[in-house]
Amino acid sequence: MEKSEYLDLYRQMVEIRILEENAMELYQKGKIGGFLHLYIGQEAVSTGLISARRPEDNVITAYRDHGVAINCGLSANEIMAELLGKATGCSGGRGGSMHMADVTKNFWGGHAVVGAHLPLAVGMALGDQLQKKSGITICMFGDGATNIGYFHEALNLSKVWELPVLWVCENNHYGMGTAVDRASAVPEIRQKAAAYNMPSDSVDGMDVIKVREISERMIAEVRAGSGPQFLEILTYRFEGHSMGDPERYRKKDEVRKWKESDPIGIYHKYLVSEKIAKESELSKVEAACEQIIAEAVQFAESSPEPAPDTLFDNIYADKN
Amino acid sequence: MATLTMRQAISQALWEEMERDEKVFILGEEVGVWGGTYAVTKGFYDHFGAERVRDTPISEAAIIGAGIGAALTGMRPVAELMTINFAFSAMEHIVNEAPKLHYMFNGQMTVPMVIRTVGGGGRQLGATHSQTPDAIFAHFPGLKVVAPGTPADAKGLLKAAIRSNDPIFFIEHATLYQSRGEVPDGDYIVPIGTSKVQREGKDVTIVTYSKMLESSLKAAEQLAKEGIEVEIVDLRSLRPLDMGPVIESVKKTNRVIVAEEGWKSYGVGAEVSARIYEEAFDYMDAPIKRVAQKEVPLPYNADLEQLALPQVEDIIAAVKEVL
Repeated sequence: MEKSEYLDLYRQMVEIRILEENAMELYQKGKIGGFLHLYIGQEAVSTGLISARRPEDNVITAYRDHGVAINCGLSANEIMAELLGKATGCSGGRGGSMHMADVTKNFWGGHAVVGAHLPLAVGMALGDQLQKKSGITICMFGDGATNIGYFHEALNLSKVWELPVLWVCENNHYGMGTAVDRASAVPEIRQKAAAYNMPSDSVDGMDVIKVREISERMIAEVRAGSGPQFLEILTYRFEGHSMGDPERYRKKDEVRKWKESDPIGIYHKYLVSEKIAKESELSKVEAACEQIIAEAVQFAESSPEPAPDTLFDNIYADKN
Repeated sequence: MATLTMRQAISQALWEEMERDEKVFILGEEVGVWGGTYAVTKGFYDHFGAERVRDTPISEAAIIGAGIGAALTGMRPVAELMTINFAFSAMEHIVNEAPKLHYMFNGQMTVPMVIRTVGGGGRQLGATHSQTPDAIFAHFPGLKVVAPGTPADAKGLLKAAIRSNDPIFFIEHATLYQSRGEVPDGDYIVPIGTSKVQREGKDVTIVTYSKMLESSLKAAEQLAKEGIEVEIVDLRSLRPLDMGPVIESVKKTNRVIVAEEGWKSYGVGAEVSARIYEEAFDYMDAPIKRVAQKEVPLPYNADLEQLALPQVEDIIAAVKEVL
């Protein structure tokens, strides 16, 4: 990697963190409605993974999607505006926190029903294959999604048809408040891939470089025609499942311990100790991110609400 | 024009559309090597190949979900659900994904997909395999629901559905596959969301669709012998629902029967009746009568099953009640 790319990974992670911290504040002020699921603690997962894709590769994920949106190249402005439900949001204020997308960047959302987007990923990979496109489909989901039927139907069909899908389980150890070993008969989730005769691997999701390296390898193999593969990325969310989660299901000590492995801190140390970047350069990146998000909040707050006469727009694609 | 069965008409539409547009492909259970459980896709696998006529595992959610995904990338999938009763296993994708994506992402995504499925009772398949739950699917904005009652409409509507850029739930009726009718050759399109007067009359209007169109036409024949002239409006699409021809007919006859095969409660008849009362109450000379399935899970026993299903005689009796 070039130095600029190392720094850009750092920029993405910091931008996500600051965006999420600001979103939390705006939610508490009542400016963001609905549910809000923050990506704080998991930044290295999608940053490492998506930095390894090519622009033609599809990315589709679940509802914890703000970070993925940043990694796919959406601007903080349109993300923040979507959180505030504004016309300038990436989904025109129709989607909200859980339904962000930018199809021009091959970011296909943002899907809020656990596991339901996995069969869509199968079809996207099939569609690209039938049209002789070179892209693969990267489908991200949480540990909780591996217990629902859609997961099993989708993995099975992707293997039966040998489709170019990289299945990526973001295992943050809890499906809402239920620990993985209380919900899954197989606590090591990557083992489930074996049932579908699919190669699998796992990686420490707090280390963006490790995530990047393993993703590069698996994406290349899938592109080369290996058929679907399965990557489990072990991570931890530092905040509750969503805003207002009383977090009765985990001990403060456990959270504190994980916070010692802050993915941004780990990467910061790595960049300095490997002499890739100086402290002063990283501070500059951090300041720039603060600026980007401050501007995004300003942009979102000053953006117009969707016009009432657009309520019925886009129910159907056919004009008659 | 040729006289075709409903099965042949549907098969012809599919075949012609696959020849016309290479983005059209079929996926579903037993659609390929088997030739379709109702033989609609017989011969397709040999002609179009395994890539475009794709046998799937018994995974309804994956069939519809994969159809949606392929549609997002620009393909035009025709996903087949072996029966409408299995649609419940894919409900999330039929009602909560396909109809939502275009709106929820502000027009960025389109889902040009047809879901073909088969409903209806009368074949002694028991309660889980005999339902006519069409109204459920018509509840969701974003989905279009089509249910033809004649071979010509089946061909024209299926072609329109395949060319549409929206998700279409296309409901066939198992006991109509052998019904015959004149079908226009070649590119025959029936616009989705258009009702049609299938028989003209001045005394009473029967609003109906699918299998009950056949029953209503039989009832009308018998009533004609008694000097009662029935007008029949075939809805053809349940969403969008074209009330124009219905209201026009009501203004002419002032008396209405709504005949459907599904259960009466919260059904198509309930919706159509309410709309008539909202839009044409002043024209009504008698309360609307609904003919529908009795409110039981359909039994296996042939006589009991027919007792529960709406019959030609029920329609005739209803007409006489409103006159």
